[in-house]
Order: sequence, then structure tokens, then C-alpha cells
Amino acid sequence: MDRTSDLVVDSVTGVDVALPVAGPGARSFAFVIDWVIRTILSVAWYVVAALLHNGGWSVVAPLTPDAPWFVFVVAPPAAIYFLYHPVWEVATRGLTPGKRMAGLQTVSRNGGAPGVGSLLTRNVFRLVDSFPIAYALGLITTMVTRNHVRIGDLAAGTLLVYTRNDTTLTRYPDERRADNQLDAKTAEVLGELLQRWATLDSAARRRIAQTILTDAAAGTDEDLRMQLESLADRGVP
Amino acid sequence: MSESTRENALRLTLLRRSELWKDATARIRRLSGKRTQDATDAAAMADDYRMLAHDVAKARRMLPDSRAREYLEAAYAQAHASLHRPAWHAGHAVLNLFRDDIPAVMRWLRPHVFWATALFILTVVAGYWMVHTYPDLIALFASPELIATVERGQLWTEGLLNVVPSSVLSLQILTNNIVVSLFAYCAGFLFGLGTVYVLGLNGLMLGAVFAFTGQYGLDDDLFRFVVAHGCVEISVMCLSGAAGAAVGEALIRPGTATRAESFQRAALQSGKLILACVLLLVGSGLIEGYISPNPAVSLRVRIAIGVSYWLFMIALLNGWLFRFHRLKSVATRLKSAVTA
Repeated sequence: MDRTSDLVVDSVTGVDVALPVAGPGARSFAFVIDWVIRTILSVAWYVVAALLHNGGWSVVAPLTPDAPWFVFVVAPPAAIYFLYHPVWEVATRGLTPGKRMAGLQTVSRNGGAPGVGSLLTRNVFRLVDSFPIAYALGLITTMVTRNHVRIGDLAAGTLLVYTRNDTTLTRYPDERRADNQLDAKTAEVLGELLQRWATLDSAARRRIAQTILTDAAAGTDEDLRMQLESLADRGVP
Repeated sequence: MSESTRENALRLTLLRRSELWKDATARIRRLSGKRTQDATDAAAMADDYRMLAHDVAKARRMLPDSRAREYLEAAYAQAHASLHRPAWHAGHAVLNLFRDDIPAVMRWLRPHVFWATALFILTVVAGYWMVHTYPDLIALFASPELIATVERGQLWTEGLLNVVPSSVLSLQILTNNIVVSLFAYCAGFLFGLGTVYVLGLNGLMLGAVFAFTGQYGLDDDLFRFVVAHGCVEISVMCLSGAAGAAVGEALIRPGTATRAESFQRAALQSGKLILACVLLLVGSGLIEGYISPNPAVSLRVRIAIGVSYWLFMIALLNGWLFRFHRLKSVATRLKSAVTA
């Protein structure tokens, strides 16, 4: 992990908390997902409501729009589009579907969940970040600031970090093997290999097993050595 | 025992704790984002936090590039975020906001409110003078349609309800006003210049339009239209400008803090006032949609509504509306003391 791009927060335990800060790419990715979702929702609402309002296969606004047209056809899609971010973020304390899919989360500078005031402030400042078009100012700001934050984040004291919820633990060696020659690093590599085994083609399996066989620690463990040789020969677990 | 054997044994001892990490992670995920009344759960989470901190420190030293370390860092960060999640009770938060926070912000922003209002009044007078002296300058502030309507001896607000229903009109107006108010606040980011621009432009427009309608004898009608909603709407414009000015000043004169810290503090503090402004603009929009264009409402009623709503705004911003809560609790304490 690149420690230079981490937000390091002091903790009462004396061990600092390291949060990997999301860069402009990850932020843009999350934003695009959210933009697609809110656009689809808004358009879908408009089309369905317009069809129901017009009572036929037309989604065009009437020549003299009445109150129900504005209240049921125009206002809800506008609300979905413009209130999507603040509502989601306040309801989930810093998450939107796009951020969740991109593995990001909004946090405050102390590493905790931001307060409602901070979340509303960062969303109000979208008015500035979206200038002059397509969030250009916000994007440029994320490129030039140390923690890759936009102006709204500067105002609210927030930033986006990777959640890393998908990080899994490797299966580690059991007691018997642990007391023998297999070291922790090799054990981790092997565990990872076994996890990914199903996704590898047979040539890759052979190549990796051969590589591990050359490792000194694995080479001295007879039981493991035999298993790996068998894998390398057969190419199947 | 050689050093490498010792290190390896230590690493393996650490890795054998992986089941504990998994349990801790599962508990953190279960509890994060949820309220729990169970003190055992909360205590277990605090223990998990300490345990993870201990193991993260070891993993950083012994297994710096391992998956185990990555897993521990993630679990530790999650535990930290969950434990540092501020308590949130919507009712208390709203009460505190209107009873304590907003009045405090108002006291802090008093000089900014004064200067923003002075700037607004000055630009209204300037706009009025400009168009009164050079009538052609109205083209800078008003659309050709508006100018043509006034030149025909009519106000553009006449018959507004025949064209657009009140509900729609209210929605359009309050949306527009809220955006302008938020923009006046955010534009403070440009060292206050953006806020000065928004306030100045709106003041010039108001003065210019009054001067222009005055030339056609329609200024009384315009006043009649504006008075019910305008008292609060114009005040909110000045308040938003004050909030923006505070943001700008924080960037120009950060004091002992860094510019970023000062900006953040000012934005978060004055943002509370903006929330109140948004709520007030919703009421203003409803008045502008339902009462202002309605010819059946007399001038007296309009003035009464405008002044009442303005007084309501003053009471809201100074926290007077929520003082009864405090008085009630004092009365309860007194009563219990007397009973005792």
C-alpha cells in the first residue's frame, strides 16, 4: 500500500489509522455511476408520469401546462436529479450507490463518519464545483489538492477514502506446518494462489507452482513440495 | 534461536490470530450504521478496536506488504469510523440548531449582516439613481419583454395567476430564490467577491426596476406586489450575503489558523444560517405564489403578512421561538424544588 497517499489519523490507542485517499479517477468513476443512476431514474419518472398525464403515447409538455404537470411530471424528476447526492449522503452518512460500487466512502478529517452539517455543506458547494461545466472546477481541484478534494470537501472538512471492504484474509498454515519450515510470506502467497486457483488456466497453474517450488522455504517442506510437484504435473488441484 | 527463526515464529503467532480478526470485523460490520442498546456489544467493539490496533502495529513492522496487513488496516479503520461516529438524534439536533446554533451564528455574523445590508441598500439606491437619471440603462437590468409590458402601462405580475397556477409559481419562485441564496453563500469562496457581485447585482436590479416602474406610475403597484413576500426575501438575500462574506473573510484573514481550516470553520458555521434561510425562502415562495399576485388581497393585509413574517424570521433567527422549551424546564425544576 502506498503510504504517501494515506490520510493518517491519530488514535487513542497510540496506533495511527491509515485511510487510503481516493484520487480523481476513483472519484470520477463514482460520480459517473451516480450520474447514470440519477439520470435513468429522473428520465424514467418523467416518461412514465408524462404518459399517464397525457393519457397517450406522448411525453411532450402540453401547450398550456397545468399544475399537475409541474407537480407530478416535472418537479419529481428535478428533485431526484438535484437532491440525489444530499439525500443519499445524509441518509447513509456519506455513501451513495456510486461510491459504494467504486469502493469509496466520505469521511471527516478525523476518520469518522461526517456529520449532517458537513454533508449538506459539501453538497451545497457543488454549485461552485460544477463550474463552468461538467464539474470541471471540482475535477481540477481534486487534481491539485493534497488529499484530492474538491471545494465542497474543503468547506466541509471531508474527503473520500477507499473502504477496502473486499479485502479477504488468506488461509494461514496450521499448527503442524507452522512449527516447521514454511514462512509466513510463502504461506500467504500459497493461500492466495489456492484462492485464485479456479480462475487460472492450466499453463499459469504450472508456471506458478514451478516458481513456488524454487522458493527455499517451500523447497524444504517435503509434504508441500510433493503437493506442488503434483500440481505442477497435473495442473489441477 | 536465530533471528530469522524468531521473526518467522512471531509472524506466524500473529497470523494465527486471524480468526479473532474475522470475528472483530464481523462484529464491526454488524454494528456499524446501526444503533445498539446492548452495552456488551459496545464494550466488545472497544476491545476489538484495541486488539486491532495492537495487531496493526505488529503487522506494519513484521508483514508490511502482506494481505494480512491490508485486512487489518481495513478492519482497524472501520472500527475507528464506527467508534467515532457522532450520535445523531434528529429531534435534538433540530432543536439545538434553532435554539442555540443559529442564534450564535447570528451573533457572530452581526457585523457581516450589517455590511451586507449596507451594500445591498447602497446598490438599490445606485440602481434607482442610474435608471432615474438615464432611463435607457434599464436595458442592462430587465428583459425586453418586461420593458415592453411596463411601457404599455402594465406590470408583468398582473394576471400572473391566469397564466401559471399558484402552486407552480411558488415552486418556481422558491427554487430560484433558494439557488440565488445558496449561490450568494458559496460565491464567498472567491474571497468574498462572488458574494459582493450577487448582492450588488440584485440590489441594482431592484432599484432599477422600481425607478423604471416609477416613470410609468406603476411603482405603487410593484410595492403592493412585493411587500408581502419581499420583506423576508430581501432580508434573506442580505443574510446569505453575510454568510458568503464570512466565508470570504475567512480566506482573506484566516487569523492564527491555516486558510483551509479557517475556510472550513466559516463555511460550516455560516452554513447553519443558510439552512434557516432556505426554510424561510420556502415560506416566502408560497406567499409570492399564492398571495402577492392575488388582486383580491388588500394592501393592508399584504403589509400585515409581510411584517408578521419578517418578525417571525427575527424570532426564529434569534432562537426566541424555542425559548419556551427552556422556560418550561426552568418551571419544572422550580416546581420540583418547591415540592421537595
